[in-house]
Amino acid sequence: MRLSSKQSTLLVLAALMIVSPFFFPSNYYYRIGSLVFVNSIAVVGIVILTGYAGQISLGHAGFLGIGGYACALLPIHLGVPPALAAVLGAVLSGIIAYGVGRPILRLKGYYLAVASLGFGVLVAMVLANEGWLTGGPDGVKVPDPGLRAALEWLGIPLANPQLWYAFSGLVLFVGAWLALNLRDSPTGRALRALHGSEVAARTAGVDIARAKLNAFVISAVYASVAGSLLALQNRLITPDVAGFMHSIELVTMAVLGGAGSVLGGIFGAALLTLLPQVLTVLQDYEHVVLGLVMMLVMIFLPAGLIPSARRLLRGRGE
Amino acid sequence: MKRIATGVVALALMATAASADIKIGAIVSETGPASSLGDPEAKTIRMMVEALNAKGGIKGEKAKLVLYDDGGDPSKAKTFATRLVEDDGVVAMVGGTTTGTSLAILAVAEDSKVPFISLAGAIEIIDPVKPYVFKTPHTDRMACLKIFADMKSRGLTRIGLISGTDGFGASMRAQCLAVAKSSGIEIVADETYGPKDADITPQLTNIRNRPGIQAVLNSGFGQGPATITRNYAQLGIALPLYQSHGVASNAFIELSGAKNAEGVRLPGTALLVGELLDPKDPQKPVVLAYKANFEKAAGGAPVSTFGGYAHDAMLILAEAMAKAPSAKPAAIRDAIEATTGLVGTTGAYTYSKTDHLGLDLSAFRMLEISNGGWKLVP
Repeated sequence: MRLSSKQSTLLVLAALMIVSPFFFPSNYYYRIGSLVFVNSIAVVGIVILTGYAGQISLGHAGFLGIGGYACALLPIHLGVPPALAAVLGAVLSGIIAYGVGRPILRLKGYYLAVASLGFGVLVAMVLANEGWLTGGPDGVKVPDPGLRAALEWLGIPLANPQLWYAFSGLVLFVGAWLALNLRDSPTGRALRALHGSEVAARTAGVDIARAKLNAFVISAVYASVAGSLLALQNRLITPDVAGFMHSIELVTMAVLGGAGSVLGGIFGAALLTLLPQVLTVLQDYEHVVLGLVMMLVMIFLPAGLIPSARRLLRGRGE
Repeated sequence: MKRIATGVVALALMATAASADIKIGAIVSETGPASSLGDPEAKTIRMMVEALNAKGGIKGEKAKLVLYDDGGDPSKAKTFATRLVEDDGVVAMVGGTTTGTSLAILAVAEDSKVPFISLAGAIEIIDPVKPYVFKTPHTDRMACLKIFADMKSRGLTRIGLISGTDGFGASMRAQCLAVAKSSGIEIVADETYGPKDADITPQLTNIRNRPGIQAVLNSGFGQGPATITRNYAQLGIALPLYQSHGVASNAFIELSGAKNAEGVRLPGTALLVGELLDPKDPQKPVVLAYKANFEKAAGGAPVSTFGGYAHDAMLILAEAMAKAPSAKPAAIRDAIEATTGLVGTTGAYTYSKTDHLGLDLSAFRMLEISNGGWKLVP
């Protein structure tokens, strides 16, 4: 039986998630792993928006901020349980993305990038300046969702990093599965059609405005879920999460790994999360090496690491 | 691929973690928005560990420093704290340049029972008291109390408050508002400015026009306070101006212009006025020695209060490790808590079960800028 590309992607992902812990010498590696998964979730959202639909957002960290702060503020101000707050945060992000997306998705190219950037900066500013609500620039503590206690009660005692490795991994797996399914669905085909040519897609009967909006809302929900997971495992959230640099980081992860492919996005996220940890050894050169890696990828593998590598392998096989 | 990457991480760590020395961990914001605080802290910590080893280390064993730069990001700080504790196997941690990073690190410290001495200002870090968390800087609340006491002694009770919207400004504003009433101070104007604003005259004009206003207090850090001092002079406002402990440095006088800054008062540590201190002052030798050492180690860069916080944290830690019966984290924690009357650059520290700050108001000196230099207000 030949596996479809979707099945093999999911299989590789699951295998990596399950096998990696056997090589972890300490809990620190679980922490890094869970950060890789959290970043990957947000990046898979960007793969849908940028890779499938060809739209650029430089403000996606804003949705991470909304998702993260929902987990802190809804329990504190309204007494909502943190787990439910994460879901409400995702819904809220979707609604805001719908409202914001309608006008700004009329823009194209640079104009869209700048408008989305403005949105991200606005969210970060509100989070930093409305101290009475958000706790201001020093951030706010996030209540314990009780997941660890629940598992302990079930007889599965896990250290904090292990728990979040498992949980974020599970969420990422589901997220990747949905994104891969979306790719081959009519909605996904419409997105990829408008990526190729908006005029041709419209001629073929695709409602372009609607398709773009769909992609934007879906990717916002992914970002929001990532933000919630980050807030819940850090037990603290600060406005930096929604900051401009974080948005850029997410887009870079997607582009580096290959914006058109889910596995590529995840690989990019893993690389850019791990590299700074490895490079602490040569602390002074960290940014130089990161820049160099980026430049080399852009010059020699313009489609991103995974798609370019796949093309190379396939070329050799035939 | 990820397995390979993990392997690379492991290899890189093994290369640095081969020796059996006593390991001390540090996490500071050497780069990023808080680098003006974190950079002197990092330099000080490196210098102190070198000095410790030059003197024979801890009970004959060499101390090894593992220092990470969190770039001011609390999530990174948490990752590095996990790394220090779980992977590098440090026996104590120093750092947390900003309140956000300190809060992120202290969660790991408490979870894994490794003592942590924070270098950030906010009171939440040690209130309520957490067994494994200590800190060296004064709280913002103490700065407010010191300033308000000085105002009262000059008969100034109706004041205008202007605050930066960054972490430092927002936190100090909240603390000042909280203690104003009990200090007998009435805040009649409350304005804010962005940390990068190039002109703050509208807010200052607004404050000046409040009836019966007697003084202005700026809770802010970085460039904002210098801009305010210049704008204040340009507007010809004759009311006394108070700045926060966050700008207690010579760079502030230079940025504001000595003429504009004339008469500005602020609470600062002894570090800034080392030469002016009474010869009998117990802090004088400590402060002068640190100043000389730091300026030599940092290639002539001037000392700052923040480097002083790191100096005190390392001093406390070194003393505790020398006294502790073993190099186990729990033993070091107990020794830190037993610190009594240890004189640092910031003040004399006396920790107890209920006090992990260890300082009182006497450690703050009220300073006045005079002829481009500092003057102690008696």
